Amino acid sequence: MAFFFAQLLTGLANASSLFLVASGLSLIFGVTRIVNFAHGSFYMLGAFIGVTLMEVLPGHFGFWGSILLTGLAVGLIGAIVEIVVLRPIYRAPELFQLVATFGVILVIQDLTLMIWGAEDRLGPRAPGLRGIWRIFGEPVPKYDIVLIAMTPFILFGLWYLITRTRLGVLVRAATQDREMVGALGVNQAWLFTGVFALGSALAGWGGALQLPKGGADLLMDFNIIGTIFVIVVIGGMGSLPGAFIAAVLISVLNVLGVTYLPSSTLVLMFVVMAVVLIIRPYGLLGREEVAGEHGQVGAPETPIRPYGRLGQAVIAGLLVLMALLPLVADQFLLILTIDMIVFALFAASLHFILGTGGLVSFGHAAFFGGGAYAAALLVYHFDTPMEIAFLFAPLAAGLLALGIGWFCIRLTGVYFAMLTLAFSQLVWSLAYQWRAVTRGDDGLISIWPTDWLSGTVPYYYFTLILGVGGILFLRHVIHAPFGYALRAGRDSPRQAEAMGIDVKRIQFAAFALAGVMAGLAGGMFVFSKGSVFPTELEIAASFDALIVVFLGGVKTLAGGVVGAGFMTVVEDWLTRLEYWRLLLGLVIIAVVIIAPEGIVGSIRSAWARYRGTGDEEVAK
Amino acid sequence: MTLTRRMILAAASALAIAPVAASAQDTIKVGEINHYKRMAAFAEPYRKGIELALEEINADGGVLDTELEFVFRDDQGDPAEAIRIAEELMTREGAVMLTGSILSNVGLALSSFAAEKDYLYLAAEPLADSLVWGSGNPNTFRLRASTWIQAAMLAEEAAKTDAVKYATIAPNYAYGQDAVAAFKENLTRLKPDVEFVAEQWPALFNIDAGAEVQAIERSKPDAIFNVTFGTDLARLVREGGDRGLFDGRDVYGLLTGEPEYLDPLGDEAPEGWFVTGYPWYGFEDGTPEKAFVDAYMDYSGETPKIGSLVGYLTAYSIAAAIEEAGSTETEALIEAFEGLEIPDTPIGTLSYREIDNQSTMGAYVGTLALEDGAGVMVDWEYKTPDGYMPSDEEIMEMRPAD
Repeated sequence: MAFFFAQLLTGLANASSLFLVASGLSLIFGVTRIVNFAHGSFYMLGAFIGVTLMEVLPGHFGFWGSILLTGLAVGLIGAIVEIVVLRPIYRAPELFQLVATFGVILVIQDLTLMIWGAEDRLGPRAPGLRGIWRIFGEPVPKYDIVLIAMTPFILFGLWYLITRTRLGVLVRAATQDREMVGALGVNQAWLFTGVFALGSALAGWGGALQLPKGGADLLMDFNIIGTIFVIVVIGGMGSLPGAFIAAVLISVLNVLGVTYLPSSTLVLMFVVMAVVLIIRPYGLLGREEVAGEHGQVGAPETPIRPYGRLGQAVIAGLLVLMALLPLVADQFLLILTIDMIVFALFAASLHFILGTGGLVSFGHAAFFGGGAYAAALLVYHFDTPMEIAFLFAPLAAGLLALGIGWFCIRLTGVYFAMLTLAFSQLVWSLAYQWRAVTRGDDGLISIWPTDWLSGTVPYYYFTLILGVGGILFLRHVIHAPFGYALRAGRDSPRQAEAMGIDVKRIQFAAFALAGVMAGLAGGMFVFSKGSVFPTELEIAASFDALIVVFLGGVKTLAGGVVGAGFMTVVEDWLTRLEYWRLLLGLVIIAVVIIAPEGIVGSIRSAWARYRGTGDEEVAK
Repeated sequence: MTLTRRMILAAASALAIAPVAASAQDTIKVGEINHYKRMAAFAEPYRKGIELALEEINADGGVLDTELEFVFRDDQGDPAEAIRIAEELMTREGAVMLTGSILSNVGLALSSFAAEKDYLYLAAEPLADSLVWGSGNPNTFRLRASTWIQAAMLAEEAAKTDAVKYATIAPNYAYGQDAVAAFKENLTRLKPDVEFVAEQWPALFNIDAGAEVQAIERSKPDAIFNVTFGTDLARLVREGGDRGLFDGRDVYGLLTGEPEYLDPLGDEAPEGWFVTGYPWYGFEDGTPEKAFVDAYMDYSGETPKIGSLVGYLTAYSIAAAIEEAGSTETEALIEAFEGLEIPDTPIGTLSYREIDNQSTMGAYVGTLALEDGAGVMVDWEYKTPDGYMPSDEEIMEMRPAD
């Protein structure tokens, strides 16, 4: 019993820092609807700034003063980020800000490396709190007790702020209906900035408070962001008590998992999240999202129509050029183009459900990697000929999509996205941990194509035909009745239902089709690289695709493809430089600010303005 | 808009610039692929080690009377990216061979790629045993002492004690799992009555140290085998020290003594652990080991890490192989690497075994102590891999295609 109690205390101590960071994220999402992936970066900044201040300021006052100052400093940085990066794009398509925050992550990573160097920092101890107290004979670190004791005060402070102050009233009002708050004369811009600064400050405090238990290092931004999102989603996006309950739940379950099921550490929280979301689709204390609440900022969108004759001629010309490429290009250019086509098909498959279906998936890599693994496993274990193994890539990915889609499709918005993320993490952990079959992160290697495709030029044509074929097929589906039904379900589910469209079934089928296409891309990928590793199933792989779709332009036909091409080239070009992450982040932020409709969307608008025609106009 | 257009143009022109390998070779180029951003703390000292060696080699006339050059590229820690860069380095930059990677999975991807395309790859840092054994191929050589060897050295020491109940803690991925398996196998062979009472698998760089320490304590082991490193190690040491986990217990730490992981611990370095590492501060004047340390500190202004030594030896291995081959053709280079001997390196004579393409670089083992507020290895010795390797027959059994 004493042991169990000590475990509970460990869990509660972990929960306090997590709750601080998660409450910041939850506040930001509740008011601004920004899915802030840079939140982990503010946590990391908090740790580094905290370490630096603690080295300068001595003693008790120095330690606690440093923590206080760290929060203020990080809050200030958050405010600057909000004003410079996010404020110009609040009117962009929903979730576009997510791409901007990804750019911020890259910039902060490189700046942190520049300022603090590469070496990990061990956090200073809290003065007077080194060592343990014995509780029922079990050792409990003193600092753990302090953290546990502080949590109720933090919760109370936030509760007071939200329920008893004018700022809190505004925050709650904006969470309910931000347009109405604006209509009542509140300066929304500064409210958003203030909330973003407060949220960032909370992340900074979280980073500084965990210092005596750990330290500061350059990987901590990505390490915490998954956990934080899981907590916020389980609690219900925007709900502070929910975030608190979820932080405690996850922390305590983690501690128990470590003791009784030690190999569960990778997936436990994602399993919990999946279970919670399947039972309660809006998290523990979240409320149902009112339809249309997020989407459709700005003018209603003109339907995407097939390209006219000019557009088709341009595409045809491009395809002819690509077909002739092997005559002039060297080997590396062909390989770069193969990579680009594979990535373009992957992005196009995500673009299909995201743009046309309105379903934002955070776990699309499960199907890309799943397809790659399906083919690779057949080759590796059974020496299946490449021709047959390759067919299994789209097949297996499609089946996987049917399975995952069955659970996810009943959810909407961010909750749908997070459930796809949870499932993709489950697939990832399967590849990562089931070493007898998948070899874990040693990966499956020597998966090379069959003899007649083993040259670069034959494989180039193989990729070109299948990749372009897949992309064109998706384009045809978008303009087929199925595509129109899917779009109707996205824009107006109720009217679509009234017309007799089974919206969920259509979405389910579209999700599976996107899975098949991602699997096809995965199959092409594995035979071009000769190996596959769990990295292809990681969250980062899903976000790569998501980002290029947004960069290219969600509400356009070619968005995914153009975004993928753009990203492949820019990345290949920038990674040659020393601080390429900084530059890549700045490029992403620049594109986001200059071209809020994405690259293709902005070119289209500019073209429409230039022509002066009203029919294709995308009004501001 | 103009900026967007300019960027697209710039991107397009980047594609169009296709400098096919300069036909007039004014330097001999080696393609070096690493995770300079993702693992900056480990990759930078490694790179400086290479640069120091290159400076020395080129001051001495280079190789084959030509300057030796490394082309450094960042792969973001992504195996697929690494393969694309490898292709570019070999076909466009005119590199004669490939080296690099710290992560084992990137190393394995490059190894498979080298075998398929018939390039030569020297894996410098990756520790995975399968690189030269289970997935070994004739085109891949490896420099560092593998997981198996280092775990076997610790197991040998552990077998000398009375401890029978062991707990293990290792990051939950291939390296951690291999290390625990190797330690268990070696220890059980040396001392059949040992018992493993707890196996903890924290997520890599995301350890819940308090919970892990409680779980190990609960199993009441006599001794602990630790494979965690980096931030995980720091947290484990701190929580474990506070909660008295290490009191009266022998602890064996794989890589724990390497400056990369030991330095950040400062005065909290765990005294009494038996570890593998790199005691650069303990070398005697006049030894080649000390000479390297001095040269490195002169060159970089920093204390050396194990990565510095590995980078240095990598460059010298490659230079020696090119000299031995007398050409830069892959076939000749592979032949030169088979059984290559490099005398007078900081660790003595370094050679590459013909049987499995593994080098004879060993490891330093010793006990951790505190000196002037920093962790150091004391009573250390350098051990060559002889006697820790599986038998030749076992290796032949494991290596598929030779």
